[in-house]
Amino acid sequence: MRDGVEQVSQEGATLSFRRSRNVKERVIGAGLFACAAVSTLVTVGVVAVLLGETVNFFSQVSIVEFFTGTRWEPMFLEKHFGVLPLLAGSFMVAGGAALIALPVGLLTAIFLSEYASQGLRKTLKPVLEILAGIPTVVYGYFALTFVTPVIRTFFPETDVFNAASASIVVGIMIIPTVSSLSEDALRAVPNALREGAYGLGATRLEVATRVVVPAALSGIFASFILAVSRAIGETMAVTIAAGNLPNMTLNPFESIQTMTAYIVQASLGDTPRGTVVYQTLFAVGMTLFLITLAMNILSQWVLSRFREEYE
Amino acid sequence: MSAPEPTFMSTSSPRSIRRRRMGTVFAVLCGAATMVGVVSLAVLLVDVALDGLPRLDIDFLTSFASRLPERSGIKAALVGSVWLLVLTALISFPMSVAAAIYLEEYAPRNWITRIIQTNIANLAGVPSIVYGILGLALFVRFLGFDRSVLSGALTLSLLVMPVIIMAAQEAIKAVPGTIREAAYGLGATRWQVVSTQVLPMALPGILTGTILALSRAVGETAPLIMVGAVGFIAFTPSGPMDRFTVLPLQIYNWVSRPQDEFRALAAAGIVVLLVLLLTMNAIAIVLRNRYQTRS
Repeated sequence: MRDGVEQVSQEGATLSFRRSRNVKERVIGAGLFACAAVSTLVTVGVVAVLLGETVNFFSQVSIVEFFTGTRWEPMFLEKHFGVLPLLAGSFMVAGGAALIALPVGLLTAIFLSEYASQGLRKTLKPVLEILAGIPTVVYGYFALTFVTPVIRTFFPETDVFNAASASIVVGIMIIPTVSSLSEDALRAVPNALREGAYGLGATRLEVATRVVVPAALSGIFASFILAVSRAIGETMAVTIAAGNLPNMTLNPFESIQTMTAYIVQASLGDTPRGTVVYQTLFAVGMTLFLITLAMNILSQWVLSRFREEYE
Repeated sequence: MSAPEPTFMSTSSPRSIRRRRMGTVFAVLCGAATMVGVVSLAVLLVDVALDGLPRLDIDFLTSFASRLPERSGIKAALVGSVWLLVLTALISFPMSVAAAIYLEEYAPRNWITRIIQTNIANLAGVPSIVYGILGLALFVRFLGFDRSVLSGALTLSLLVMPVIIMAAQEAIKAVPGTIREAAYGLGATRWQVVSTQVLPMALPGILTGTILALSRAVGETAPLIMVGAVGFIAFTPSGPMDRFTVLPLQIYNWVSRPQDEFRALAAAGIVVLLVLLLTMNAIAIVLRNRYQTRS
């Protein structure tokens, strides 16, 4: 009889212990989920904030003018809101950077993956990754005080602020994006493919360019797209080096303005909330956000759609 | 009479010589391309050091910014950067680790998890200035934190969280499943498994990723311009609601002045910033190496 009572109370204790344990587990699980969900809220926040003010902006400025106008003069007395000069500026800098970073980055990746010894690779890789870790304001300083004077010794007509020097430093900045992601893709190609090609008498060049690179093409393209998207979103180096003159031009030696540089310029000045200048921040920001988002999604799609699986 | 020229597997036929020569040219080309990055880095560092080192002394570190370049220093910016770094770490580290634990150890394999995961990958690719716009609208204006260290730290936290989450996920994934199974077998709850087994093993990897992400935050300029940090402040923050400046912003402020004296100040500031980043990276590398030799 006594035994039974003890047993019952013991079971009760175990049960209540279990219950409190379960409650604690649930609370912790919910807390962890909340932290993970914050990241989704950030995206919702970005879209909501950008969209809200962009809608206000388009209630005052016609959407047709925004996307087709060739003059960006939101702070003048007679205002013009054509975003094309800013788009042209961003794409010119990104295009110039891509001209440098894509070939250099890809050849670097081939060197590291196909030619370099293990030891050389282990030294070179971290060195190249430092390039990606240097703050962009430092690249801006370098462009303005070193690259531009060098350009001006060859092309004396160059403006102090010009797209070319911004392109060059942004290009250097995104080399590691291309080289390290492309190298990952090249190294994921199984050795059996290389050995097969060598067995057929191919040289190292032929193995690299006709077997390994084609097999890794999806990863290489994904790295290209990601690098260009980074160049478009780059802010400080282009703000410092390329200038603040919205300019529809294809001449890289002239001063221009990118979308990002405009956002910096407008937020440095006094822009009271509710004014149309304040709203331009969001309209331009939205344009920038959508372009880079589309490119990032495209890069992921290329990676998953055209991946060659070797398992 | 000489032996007939071998036509099969020839190593000296004109075609094969050309193929080998092409191979050499290509190898040299690849090596040269690799050197582009290395040489650019060297030129950049030497250029900055030559411009900045002569201007660097104790007074530079302990003086506030001034209209007179010869009396200017980076005290406010250096202290501001440390403030921002500490606050950002306090906010972003626990939340990111919690999110990573949820995704790796708790999350069911369903569409909600997939959305969260894809979203984190996409956030990592959003330009930092867009985070600045969000910070301006949300923290500075909507929540009324004004142009404070807190606004800056919250904005940078959002910026680095995707990076830390992904690094922490990698570290947690690397913990062998057998460890978890053994702990579950002894009757541990999920949280007990995570807190006593998985987290301690994953911690060095998580810390390495966090330090690298934070060193990116220390070098950020654009989002802080958006939330209203300015390059000219003659006091150090004494609380999270104070106004502030940081090293990259002070450097930007000096770079954008045309006089050479201010350019030299900018270069000296860059040297300080790079030394700070180098120290953080060195700590991360030491952590990683120690972790690698142990496992």
